[in-house]
Amino acid sequence: MRTVIFRTFAPYLTSLMVLYSLFVLLRGHNEPGGGFIGGLIAASAFAIYGIACGVSAVRRSIYFHPMAVAGFGLLLAALSGLLSLFFNVPLLTGLWTQVSVFGVPVDLSTPMFFDIGVYLVVVGAITSIALALEERESD
Amino acid sequence: MASNAQSITLLVLFLPFVAAFFAPFLTRVLKHNAAWLLALVPAFNFIHFAGFLDSVSQGEKVTGGYRWVPDFNVNFSWMLDGLSLTFALLVTGIGALIVLYAGGYLKGHEQQGRFFSFILMFMGAMQGLVVSDNFLTLFIFWELTSITSFLLIGFDHSREASRRAAVQALVVTGLGGLSLLAGLLVIWNITGVSELSLLLASGDALRESPFYLAAFLLILGGAFTKSAQFPFHFWLPNAMEAPTPVSAYLHSATMVKAGVYLLMRMNPVMGETVVWETVLPLFGGTTLMVGTLLAIRQTDLKLMLAYTTVASLGLLVMLTGFGNEKAIEAAVLYLIAHSMFKGALFMVAGLIDHESGTRDVTKLGGLRKAMPVTFFAAFLAALSMGGLPPFFGFLAKEEIYAALAGGDAWTLLVLAVAIAGNALMFVIGFAVALKPFLGPEIETPKHAHEGPLLLWLGPVTLAVTALLAALFSGWFHHAFSSPMASAVAGQGVDVHISVVPHLGMPLYLSLATIALGILIYRQLDGARDAMARVLTAIGWGPDKGFDQAIRGLVRFAHGVTRITQGGRMDVYMTVTFSAVALVLLVPMILFGEGPAMPAFPVMPFYEWVVILIAVLGIAAVLIARNRLTAIVSLGIQGFAVAVIFMLLGAPDLSFTQFMVETLSVVILALVMTRLRLSAADHRGTGEKLVDMTIAILGGLGFGLLLLKITQLPFDASLTDFFNANSRVIAHGRNIVNVIIVDFRGLDTLGEIAVVMITGLAILALIRIRKPRRPAEPDQGAI
Repeated sequence: MRTVIFRTFAPYLTSLMVLYSLFVLLRGHNEPGGGFIGGLIAASAFAIYGIACGVSAVRRSIYFHPMAVAGFGLLLAALSGLLSLFFNVPLLTGLWTQVSVFGVPVDLSTPMFFDIGVYLVVVGAITSIALALEERESD
Repeated sequence: MASNAQSITLLVLFLPFVAAFFAPFLTRVLKHNAAWLLALVPAFNFIHFAGFLDSVSQGEKVTGGYRWVPDFNVNFSWMLDGLSLTFALLVTGIGALIVLYAGGYLKGHEQQGRFFSFILMFMGAMQGLVVSDNFLTLFIFWELTSITSFLLIGFDHSREASRRAAVQALVVTGLGGLSLLAGLLVIWNITGVSELSLLLASGDALRESPFYLAAFLLILGGAFTKSAQFPFHFWLPNAMEAPTPVSAYLHSATMVKAGVYLLMRMNPVMGETVVWETVLPLFGGTTLMVGTLLAIRQTDLKLMLAYTTVASLGLLVMLTGFGNEKAIEAAVLYLIAHSMFKGALFMVAGLIDHESGTRDVTKLGGLRKAMPVTFFAAFLAALSMGGLPPFFGFLAKEEIYAALAGGDAWTLLVLAVAIAGNALMFVIGFAVALKPFLGPEIETPKHAHEGPLLLWLGPVTLAVTALLAALFSGWFHHAFSSPMASAVAGQGVDVHISVVPHLGMPLYLSLATIALGILIYRQLDGARDAMARVLTAIGWGPDKGFDQAIRGLVRFAHGVTRITQGGRMDVYMTVTFSAVALVLLVPMILFGEGPAMPAFPVMPFYEWVVILIAVLGIAAVLIARNRLTAIVSLGIQGFAVAVIFMLLGAPDLSFTQFMVETLSVVILALVMTRLRLSAADHRGTGEKLVDMTIAILGGLGFGLLLLKITQLPFDASLTDFFNANSRVIAHGRNIVNVIIVDFRGLDTLGEIAVVMITGLAILALIRIRKPRRPAEPDQGAI
């Protein structure tokens, strides 16, 4: 699998796929996409990178342990649900606000952070499984 | 003002937990002196609760709380009457002394901060238990005391005996807690009331209910395990593995009295029935005798005290269930007296251990010169335990005999048990308090000298309080005994007894008890040997029984696991898919609910092509000679399905299917290389036939089910709802995503938790494989 062409090409492909997965994640609320799909795309990106350049390269590039990423995602999703506690509405009620970034109005909402949490869980869990499987037993 | 007091009480209930959080940090900075600061928390709570004395002694019931889950009538509510207030004051008052004592006892221990944390948590749980009004709050605090007790008994977790004792205590009291929960739910169902303070009016309804016996037995299950009644008494002496402050606090003064508290609390509503007045004295009396006889056997100071605690709890249960007003007064007085003298004696035992290096009563003697203050505290406490005037224990004993004097054979039997038990407890009290201090000096492992202020402050304070309470009994009864007895009896009760002895039956019985006690005390060594012989002859006890039961349970679980979880993937798969096929097909055939024959579909040419690709994929799986080919062919079929989704207008589903298929192929291929499976599988023809049948039946079942569903009239209400609302309420145009992250957010939260846990489990499975295993023949793992 580790041909020169694949090894040279894989980092670019991975970056593009991760970028695309973020795009899919963020547009999910209105267009086809969302956390689950985005997470799966990113996970396959890392799987490809792992097959091409080795597991340790992927681990270095993610920096955190993938399971920690998944744990953070679960926490983020839970917290964005718990935020409703402070507004006296039921758990996981969507809360919306609008902030202005350089004069452009941007909608922020708890479902968005929830979806980011879903994304991180999927990426983290699947990547850690894939990496563990890709790892040579001597690694 | 009222709401102000309400919020302060709420603060008081949570304060120990807050303090528990900060205790480790404080201890890191201040070392053992953190005890002085931490003791302020129970002291503050003590003062807060003492502020209610005035109104409660006038017969008022102070209730308060917050609604918690109003739909289910669950509140976070509390009630302060004579019973709970006295308990709360004991818990917080002794708690403050214990924190100080622990400061001295564990001085320099590297986990002292953790210890403070646990003991404060326990205190919070215990005070919550006694002031809870709502059933569920009561249950939660009840279980919290079991858990904190587990942590404290197992504090010294590097020793196997501690761990065993901790688990044993948790199992016994935890099971009791479940029984209590069931009992409370039964009572809730019978009376429709979920607050203890409202229960009083429903006593008759409860007693006449056909489920009274069930409720009674379940409540007893909770009370008897917690208060170490025979035959559940065995965990308490084992719990002496805990550091001494824990034994003094949890396992004599407070937690083990929770069962008695519960019985006292239920007495006005469940008492006065024949079962109540038979079962309680019977088990209480048995516990009293068993406890005292086993106490005689021991030479370890703490174990001697532990068995007398068991005995005292038996006495309390016996008195609570005896069913006359005097007996209740006696129970109340004895409970207060016991908390004080037993707490003090335990701390004395710990002090002796700490300063001399041993707790074995036969290896101690002549410490009075070296430890005069300890001797003073021990002697006062023993006098109270022995029931001598002018101590509080004397009042309690007089009242016991006043309650039991004269009457029928049953009363006489109870009386005889009480006298024998009291005499034996007298013996143990003095054996603990006198033997180590009197007589010739014996060389101890450490050179004994008086302990520091932190260590003797607690026992001296408790012993002196017992003296003062008896001397000023008029005020004490007005403030504590009478309101508490009234709460237990369910009607106004006035306690009058004072230290001035007046001639009469109770006094003669007291004298007889003391005489008997002195007699046995002189023969203590002989009695100990005799008991040891008897116990060796019996050979079996509930403690061993517990081990056997646990071992049996483990063996049973092991057997069940071996049968149901054989660990062979092919068996799991066969069972799962056979079950799926049966569940789908059998009802369909039995009830004749199969789908009608569908019309031949009219589809555009390209859809036919996609379906053809899917079929080809399947065919390739079937004829593939090589696993990798099969995996990839399965992927082709999956992609074809994704395309079908796309054509039918479900882009989200289609994307997900694409990604899942890709990842499945990658991961399956990786698993294959990882497990070093041989390239082709070697199933025999018979096996192949069976697998094929199951596969065909399963597929057929699913196909028929889907056909049937599409033939039913389509209920569009959900579709309409989401179409109408996803833009308006959830501000999203992608309905699928809006459902996932917003409308059904809780489901998704659960799902991603599952994804995460699955990931962890798979990771663990991959990791536990031994490295460099030689390639094995295929076990059909895929």
